[in-house]
Amino acid sequence: MTPSLHLWLIPVLPLIGAAINGLVGRRFSRQTVSAVALSFCGAAFVMALYVAARFSSLELPHTEFLGHWIRSGTFMVDFDFYLDQLTLVMLLVVTGVGFLIHIYSVGYMWEEGGFYRFFSYLNLFMFFMLTLVLAGNYLQLFIGWEGVGLASYLLIGFWFTKDSAASAGKKAFIVNRIGDFGFLIALFLLIKHFGSLNFGQVFSSVAQQPAETTGLGLLTSIGLLLMVGAAGKSAQIPLYVWLPDAMEGPTPVSALIHAATMVTAGVYMVARSHVIFEHAPSALTVVAIIGTLTALFAATIGIAQTDIKKVLAYSTISQLGYMFMACGVAAYSAGIFHLMTHAFFKGLLFLAAGSVIHAVGGEQDMRKMGGLRQYIPWTFLTMTAATFAIAGFPPFAGFFSKDEILARAYEANPAYWFIGVTTAFITSFYMFRLWFMTFFGDYRGRETAGHGHAPTHGHGGHGDPHESPMIMLVPLMILAVLSVVGGWVGIGGRFEHFLAPVFGEGATAAATEALSQSTEITLMVISVAAAILGFYLAYVLYLKRPELPQTIAEALGGLYRAVVNKYYVDEIYADLFVKPLVDGSTRILWHGVDQGVIDAAINDTADGARHVSDAARHMQSGNVRSYAGWVAIGGAVIIAYMIWMGVR
Amino acid sequence: MVPVSYYLILSGILFACGVVGFLIKRNIITIFMSIELMLNGVNLSFVAFAAQWQHLSGQVFVFFVMVVAAAEATVGLAIIIAVFRTRETLNIDQVNLLKL
Repeated sequence: MTPSLHLWLIPVLPLIGAAINGLVGRRFSRQTVSAVALSFCGAAFVMALYVAARFSSLELPHTEFLGHWIRSGTFMVDFDFYLDQLTLVMLLVVTGVGFLIHIYSVGYMWEEGGFYRFFSYLNLFMFFMLTLVLAGNYLQLFIGWEGVGLASYLLIGFWFTKDSAASAGKKAFIVNRIGDFGFLIALFLLIKHFGSLNFGQVFSSVAQQPAETTGLGLLTSIGLLLMVGAAGKSAQIPLYVWLPDAMEGPTPVSALIHAATMVTAGVYMVARSHVIFEHAPSALTVVAIIGTLTALFAATIGIAQTDIKKVLAYSTISQLGYMFMACGVAAYSAGIFHLMTHAFFKGLLFLAAGSVIHAVGGEQDMRKMGGLRQYIPWTFLTMTAATFAIAGFPPFAGFFSKDEILARAYEANPAYWFIGVTTAFITSFYMFRLWFMTFFGDYRGRETAGHGHAPTHGHGGHGDPHESPMIMLVPLMILAVLSVVGGWVGIGGRFEHFLAPVFGEGATAAATEALSQSTEITLMVISVAAAILGFYLAYVLYLKRPELPQTIAEALGGLYRAVVNKYYVDEIYADLFVKPLVDGSTRILWHGVDQGVIDAAINDTADGARHVSDAARHMQSGNVRSYAGWVAIGGAVIIAYMIWMGVR
Repeated sequence: MVPVSYYLILSGILFACGVVGFLIKRNIITIFMSIELMLNGVNLSFVAFAAQWQHLSGQVFVFFVMVVAAAEATVGLAIIIAVFRTRETLNIDQVNLLKL
């Protein structure tokens, strides 16, 4: 019996912060609000560090029981917490990166209205995310899953007076609902066939079943439905459309929720359910294919975006694709490794982009930036670290995790590897495109500065871009250091070894044995070459000969337009699903059912009552003698009735 | 011995006179008197049955009705005086403020 660590405190601490700021924060000064938010979020981080410090003395997986929740016959769901190596990694990433982004937000949001509201939502998000990560059963995970969706909705629509932000929030929520539908059905299937949602019980029951190699059996269905849920939350094809729009939210929100933590929940869930997927190889193949396609597809869209945050959004989708690719080839620890390094460098990229946007007074269009490295040197330096990390240059963090995924993908199927490397090349290209367009060349924003649309900083004004305050730069620097050194934990398979007890020895042993040393080095060289090629191409196109992209775009014609318009996926969805749904709702449900049946029934009843009353009110004439007459008639009727009854 | 049916017919006639008077008269005093007429019509049938069945409860009932009628007369006359003071009329058709 291992001692209790009071794991429940970790999610509850940010909840207290959210409650304080949400309920009475309106009366607080900005200093108090940020103190409350930071201290409760920081306390959760400290708790996570404490758990990490005690980790080696624990008997794993460590579970803690908090209380009963649902007890219905033999079916039981409790509030319980589950701690193993995977949880610990997620816990540290979520609280650590989350805490840094909290600090950054104080500086970024200082001039904004609704300061207390922002931090209340942010803490609420931390609560749900930590609930999700620490959950000991699928239902509790689902609570966190839905909760982070709610927090995401609230924060995307933070500037709710702006129509685009409000509808982006709704879009995110509704698209996620589709995924959650699949997730819920998977949970129902689990309850029906295994009678439990507890991780330990479900996984041990599943482990006893034979693997479903053919057909659409129970485990394959559960796996596919879980993947539907993961595709919604983690923005995979075909449900990725909400993430680019989610960039309407404040930039720290994009960094925290839509890059570092929430969107990786799907990856976490698939990795957590690895036992189910291992017994359903065809579901796993679907995961790999979706991940691979998403990685490539989103990366190509990223090439032509001009909004700095949109580029990063598509890049996030693409990197999430990598993680699913890793899970799909049963390289769960590689996926989680990439999840961690991605949290560092993508969180940093978003925060640095926020700092850039802050510097140029709210402008997000990269065509109006340029030459910023001399104005904002610290932001430039940190963003450089992150860009090299995501492009996969050694020894930055992204190199190790991406290389690991690509090696495992090659082992599973060279086609995955080929698409992966192509994506790595495209990633490197569009990231350096962003880097060159933003920081090099001449500053192109002088005539338009101050007309930005996102955060309206009081000091935005005209004039030169200015560096962000220290409170924003410190988190950037910490994350920059992590983006450089964060991958080193993976050298020699140490990270994999750490996670091995969770994912089973077999999966990791294969990784080190299967590929010979020379193959591994060849693959590594190719992926680095792809990154350098992307760098060089971006250098030529956006620094050396800036007139070339225009020419190429014109030469490509229709293809270029398709990419700029994101392959018209939003339009296709609008025509295919949204419009029929809206029209159907308007015609059948609104005009037909609501107005025709429900409203009509109620109105007719009311009209009938009024007509009857209209007739009856003439009895009430105010004339005493007519009342007397009614009394007499009534008496006569009663007497007549009694006589009649008596006669019978 | 007069048969009980005679009493009952007379009682019915008295009651009917009361009802008709109540319905057609406009003067409150007259209406009030019609009420007394109805009560006494009923009283007559009570005593007739009491004599028929040699039972005292009919007589007792008549005393009750008389007491109630006396009480009603005091309250009723007080109301009539109050109405007359405010409306300066005893015509029932003009006392119609409760009209819709």
